[in-house]
Amino acid sequence: MPTLSDIITTGRVIEAHRPYPRVVVSASLWQTLISRLSHGESTLLGLWGDADAVHMALLDEREGGVIVATALTGEGPIPSVSRVHPPALRLERTLRDLFGIELAELPDTRPWLDHGRWGLRNPLARYAEAAGEPTSYPFLGAEGEGLHQIPVGPVHAGIIEPGHFRFTANGETVVRLEERLGYTHKGVESLMAGASIEQAARLAGRTSGDSTVAYAFAFARAVEAALGIDVPLRALWLRALMAELERLANHFGDIGAICNDAAFALLHAHTSVLRERVLRAAAACFGHRLMMDCITPGGVAGDLTPEGAGQIRELADIAGKAFPALVELYDNTASLQDRTVGTGILNPTLARQYGCGGCVGRASGRNFDVRRNLAYAPYDSLRFEVPVRGEGDVNARVWIRIQEVQQSLALIEQILDAMPTDGTLRASVGATGKPAEGLALVEGFRGDILAWVRLGADGCVDRCHLRDPSWFQWPLLEAAIEGNIVADFPLCNKSFNCSYSGHDL
Amino acid sequence: MRKILFESLTKTPLTEPAPGEADAEISALAIQLDHAARARLGRSLSIREVDAGSCNGCELEIHALSNAFYDLERFGLRFVASPRHADVLLVTGPVTRNMSEALLRTYQAIPAPKWVVAVGACAYDGGLFAGGYACLGGVAAVVPVDLYIPGCPPTPTALLKGLLALMANGRARVPL
Ligand code: SF4
Repeated sequence: MPTLSDIITTGRVIEAHRPYPRVVVSASLWQTLISRLSHGESTLLGLWGDADAVHMALLDEREGGVIVATALTGEGPIPSVSRVHPPALRLERTLRDLFGIELAELPDTRPWLDHGRWGLRNPLARYAEAAGEPTSYPFLGAEGEGLHQIPVGPVHAGIIEPGHFRFTANGETVVRLEERLGYTHKGVESLMAGASIEQAARLAGRTSGDSTVAYAFAFARAVEAALGIDVPLRALWLRALMAELERLANHFGDIGAICNDAAFALLHAHTSVLRERVLRAAAACFGHRLMMDCITPGGVAGDLTPEGAGQIRELADIAGKAFPALVELYDNTASLQDRTVGTGILNPTLARQYGCGGCVGRASGRNFDVRRNLAYAPYDSLRFEVPVRGEGDVNARVWIRIQEVQQSLALIEQILDAMPTDGTLRASVGATGKPAEGLALVEGFRGDILAWVRLGADGCVDRCHLRDPSWFQWPLLEAAIEGNIVADFPLCNKSFNCSYSGHDL
Repeated sequence: MRKILFESLTKTPLTEPAPGEADAEISALAIQLDHAARARLGRSLSIREVDAGSCNGCELEIHALSNAFYDLERFGLRFVASPRHADVLLVTGPVTRNMSEALLRTYQAIPAPKWVVAVGACAYDGGLFAGGYACLGGVAAVVPVDLYIPGCPPTPTALLKGLLALMANGRARVPL
């Protein structure tokens, strides 16, 4: 089978794009790429709009190659990807909302992020149009005797982000779930256009607060790739340290919260304590509990003192000692296992088709982790395993998190042991006088985050796109819940733990 | 499970007030809150949280209030699922246009007397998200705000302090 790079031999290569190639392709080559996607020969990493183009990032999983293909709008309507490859659907609906780009044969033309409330249409297009009143949203149908609908949200009973879920159920069994998102759309990409790199980095770090480190990391790497900046070694290692602390805090929180949604509060209480300890150590070492703005383009904002390193070692020690008893508790509580085993199964074929990352993908057999598959420093010199399971149920997603906690604890120790002591923490980031583009992928706790940036000659951000892993997980939650009982939805939802803010942008 | 439960019987609780400034702050808060909350609402105050487009950072810290270190409920403060049961509406986020109606409706569903607390830089004036087409730029654009707790996100201690300040100075507003 030809690889991606064999196929992209024609087309105009954009020299300013780094480190992976970006190629402006013809309509026929675009079609070829779409059909490769539909046959599972490459994986969709992202699809986003520009003033007069559509970009598509593709991964060849065997070769490990990434390319960005660009189709221009001036040459007739661009063929829709989702017509044959459904994972692209919401991304295409979004680029239609934001840029007003019409795609040929788009299978679903309902707006996605645009709820008709912005006062304008196509806010990122060259010329945004004024818009009228909000219109009602037609949900997909599900008809049959005894079916009823349950609308939930956007305001939920718990302290969670807003989104709407429309269940169609037969008695207790879910026949169809349809999500409606976009409630937290803040217009991040429009706010980034024209912003300085510093300002854009702060925005990137607030795309999804639980992944602030991963987003800042991804954005910084994209900028550094574009400008060809070499980041000081110690800064790279500090970044990884923060990234693993963030993963640890979130996995502790999620493991507990999943059990809590199965009404098992004890585990939640204990993992919340561990989570709090991580946040306190982060605050003591980096000055912020969630480590916001601690990674900056060019390096990191502050150094880790020897006392700080000691605190993190102590944290790893406490967590390492406390965690096994909690794992045992999870494993040996039959009433809890009764809720998690066999619930909300995500079919591995779907996980592969959607390029589903993170715990969700790895619990359904997708052996992919950017830290290893598209390794970046310092992970290329660290030892760790990527846990993978095949069952795809809530239990498998809990177990992947458990194993990842163990891996992160080990990684933290390795990082502290091997971190270079060299003092510089930040390379200077300045305009190069010509446009530059960069793409980076970083493994957050939820999966792979894609950051793509185009900088103008003045060094300001011209266009930036951030793709949350949730884009390829949310649709799968709809599939995983089918045939389960309504009461298991919170459990399934929590075990996916998709981001609303990261998705809605 | 028995092992863990037995251990909890013998271990000292994690809940602070232990030495250190922040901890002293929390214990001082507990006392003041007790008087003020009782005077107004008996022993407890029910809080309904609404995310009006936050990045989720503020929610994480609001969640932390319930962990063993802060143990919010010992102050008589608790989160409720329905606005009908709430005294306080705790709002985060820059109020996206897509969430404004849901926020207003939640506010209207809370019986008077009620208080609104805006949490975080975004809820104050839109924070970094102000000025775009998608956000209204702060909670006060939609519902009247009684108290603002600063921070991005505010720490759990700051949140506790803020809720206390509300209890000491809050004025019940006439319902819309
Ligand atoms: S104040 Fe900060 S943490 Fe809170 S929602 Fe806004 S950006 Fe996120």
